[in-house]
Amino acid sequence: MKLAEVLEALSLAADDPEILDMEVEGGYCSDLLSDVMAKAAGGSIWVTNQVHPNVVAVASLIDAAAVIVAGGMKPEEETVKKAKELGIPLFSTDLSAFDVVGRLYQLGLRGILRNG
Amino acid sequence: MPDVKDVGALMSVTYDIAARDFVRAGEAANKLKRLLQQLGLDPAVIRRAAIAAYEAEMNIVIHSYGGQIKVDITPESIEIFCEDSGPGIPDIEKALQEGYSTASEEIREMGFGAGMGLPNIQRSADEFRIESTVGRGTSLQVTILHEAGE
Repeated sequence: MKLAEVLEALSLAADDPEILDMEVEGGYCSDLLSDVMAKAAGGSIWVTNQVHPNVVAVASLIDAAAVIVAGGMKPEEETVKKAKELGIPLFSTDLSAFDVVGRLYQLGLRGILRNG
Repeated sequence: MPDVKDVGALMSVTYDIAARDFVRAGEAANKLKRLLQQLGLDPAVIRRAAIAAYEAEMNIVIHSYGGQIKVDITPESIEIFCEDSGPGIPDIEKALQEGYSTASEEIREMGFGAGMGLPNIQRSADEFRIESTVGRGTSLQVTILHEAGE
């Protein structure tokens, strides 16, 4: 699935049209960084309520397709800056994490885990 | 900036890790990951090295007064050596238990301190050694073999 479809389902707009064509393999939802590091698969949409810059470091390490900060939380300035630096698509929404995941599941996206 | 030395088949890189710097935390692991990608290593091996380096880096940031991560890349393996000066770990067996953490409430609210760091490192490693002296610091050695896969 293309990132464009995911963003449309969440009523989110991309600043950079180049990311719309990116491929999304599945999703993962967690606020524990170590849990995401251990289990989330590359190409995942990561849904979280965490807003600090380490989120971007983890997203980059796992090759996340994008990060959705849910629940009306706003990513810190440093987080936004770092996301641009590392080329991680970062979005925030007023939808709760539950609703974000629900919409993406309805779209056909499934939770995927790292091999091994 | 890390110091990269290419000594024949052995490549060695060292990253300095500052205590309590949560803005830069994770940068060393990301730099290592990019280096391993440039070397064309297997993605599963890179992910395991990334997990080990990230968790070790976060442990140094959260728990120590500062430290270093040195990585040797040989034809057989990735060797990650971590050393910090800090309070040390009084009970290593306990620290290796999944879910055991001494992190503060503030750290936990950021999504760290879930007691998964050392177990994650151990699971990612083909060989794992940890030594700690209370009041001095902790050292960690992780070996990840290129061939082992998962």
